[in-house]
Parts: sequence; C-alpha cells; structure tokens
Amino acid sequence: MRRIDLMRRLSAMLREEVVVGGIGNTNFDLFAAGHRPQNFYMLGSMGLACPIALGVALAQPQRQVIGIEGDGSLLMNLGCLATIATVAPENLTLIVMDNAAYQITGGQPTASAASADLVAIARGAGIARSAWALDPDDFVRQVESALHAKGPSLIGARIDAAAAVGQPARDPAQIRDRFMQALGTRKDFGARRG
Amino acid sequence: MPSASDRVWSDVVLETLKANDVRLAVYVPDKILIPLIDGVCADPFFNAVCATREEEAVGICAGAWMGGMRSILMMQTSGFGNIPNALASLAVTYQIPVILLISERGALGEFNVGQVWSSRVVAPVCAALGIPHHAIERLEDVEFILDRSIKQAVATQSPAALVLSPLLTGGKVFAA
Repeated sequence: MRRIDLMRRLSAMLREEVVVGGIGNTNFDLFAAGHRPQNFYMLGSMGLACPIALGVALAQPQRQVIGIEGDGSLLMNLGCLATIATVAPENLTLIVMDNAAYQITGGQPTASAASADLVAIARGAGIARSAWALDPDDFVRQVESALHAKGPSLIGARIDAAAAVGQPARDPAQIRDRFMQALGTRKDFGARRG
Repeated sequence: MPSASDRVWSDVVLETLKANDVRLAVYVPDKILIPLIDGVCADPFFNAVCATREEEAVGICAGAWMGGMRSILMMQTSGFGNIPNALASLAVTYQIPVILLISERGALGEFNVGQVWSSRVVAPVCAALGIPHHAIERLEDVEFILDRSIKQAVATQSPAALVLSPLLTGGKVFAA
C-alpha cells in the first residue's frame, strides 16, 4: 500500500478527530493529504506520537483521537502500547505505517523487516483490537470500526517506501497554537467575541 | 488551622496540585514518591497513569496540556536522565508547560553509586534548556515553590522542574 493513498483515505473520513503524526514521512504525508488544524505534527521526540495522542484522549474523552507512528518510531517506545492497553481509553486509535525501514535516515531495515510483528506486539501488550489492514479498503473499514469502538485499537498498514509528497512547515509555535485553537483549549486573543 | 509543621510534605503537594487544577498525574514509580502515588491513585480528583518510561510520560503530559488538562510528571532523578530530548524537542520546542516533580537520589547519603551520576545531570540539563528548576528542601517552602512554579509554567508556557530534596523527604537510606 502507498502511505499517501492511506493518508488521503484517512483524511477524507475525518471531521473533528485529532490526529497526532509521528516524525518524518508519517507526518509529512499526513500533511500532504490535506492540512487540518486538528493535526499535530511532531518535529522530534521520536516515538511519542502515541503517548501524545493518549494525553489528548485523556483530556478530551468526548473526542476521537488517532496517533500515527512509523515502525521505527514505535519500536523506539514499545512500552507505550502496554500503558495504553492498561489505561484503555475508549477514544484512542493507533495506526502504524510499517515499511520495515528507517526510511528518513537512508532506509536501514527495522526489526520489523526481519522478525518483529508490531500488530502481534500490540496484541501481546493488551490492545486486543489490533490487526493488519489487508488492503486500502480494509484499512478504511478498520479505521471506521475503530472510531466507533469502545476501547483502544491498533491498525497496522504495510506500506511502501515512497518519498512523502509534501511537508508541513517546521513552525512549532503555529502548529501548537492552531492545534489548541481547533481543540478549543486556546483562544486567539485578537478574535472578536461572538 | 494546623501549622505548617503539623503537615506532611506529600499532603501539601497533593493539596497544591488540586488547588491548581492539576488533574492528571503521570508517574514512573519511586519509593520516596509512594505517598504521592498512593495519594493520586486513591483520590478520584486525579487521573493517575503509570508510564513505562519517562519520555513516554512527557508525551502524555504534553498531549494532555494541549487537550486542556494540566498534569504533573513524577519521577526519580535517574528517570530525568531519560528525557532531555523529549523536553528539548517537544516541551521546550512547542512551549508546553510540562511540570516535573523529581525525587532526588544520588545525594545526601546515597548508597547506590549507580544513582549518583544521573542525579547530577538535572540542573545542567535544565540550565541548558532554559527550564526553571528549584530544589524543595523545607516543608514550609513546598506550597510556595510548587504553587508558584505551576502558575509560572502555565503563564509563561514553559516546562518547570522541581527536585524533592532528601532534606524534605528524608531520602532513601540503607535498610538497617
């Protein structure tokens, strides 16, 4: 599957959902599929997309939250899967874009190229609703199902290593400010009162 | 009204967190922190989350802040050594007031040399990242330092680090 195709399919499904995109090509293609202020783009902190998404999910239990990581990033912070399974937020969905490579650093193979099955690891950590997407249509079905499920889900997508087709500006102040305004947790102090 | 000397440091911390609407308590366990961990787990005011690693906890706290919930991150000095990149590239970069409450090992009677060196990175790392950091050494200072640090962190959109000194907590010593 192509990452940008899945991101476009995902983006077309979203309304008020939050999406936290992990570093590198993951959030590049999330942006390229269509910027929305409810997207949070990381600039570092490799491996923390899922924990950030968990934090948002705890703070806003009425909102669906999606964390998207690459395989290399998730491998850096596998413990978060156990934490998320333990906390078991009803409104959190994780997506792993797995191309079995550290693509942005030159394509070195990750452990998932050899033996690590990230969906099995997630299931073993306690996220019972964890599955590989079989194709783009199945990916969409699984996301739809996860967004309506009670409890955390993880969807694995085996993708190619195509370069991302766009990148967000590396402007953390703007990313965070727009994100928080979209979540209703920060106001533009120059905005007129309605 | 009981005088400050009748109160226990951990109760003052818990009351000050509540007074500042800090509802999410993320922690990596530590023996000195037991009264705080037990306190947040027992009180429905708090949402308590045990993280597997301190970097993960920084991410959870950052996400919660952006979602509108204040949090406290409780850890040991050795755990602080796990988080400089998460502080630098997430909390500092995005101006997110992650508030660190750090149980100090490695000083004033430490018996495990493995704890000594990591505890010494806290102040220089905070200084390098421009993160305000204070040691809390006296019971009568707990409320003031914690309360003001939370308020300043929120007002200035900056992380803050508070170190719980053995002078306050008694620290951890060899079992007799």
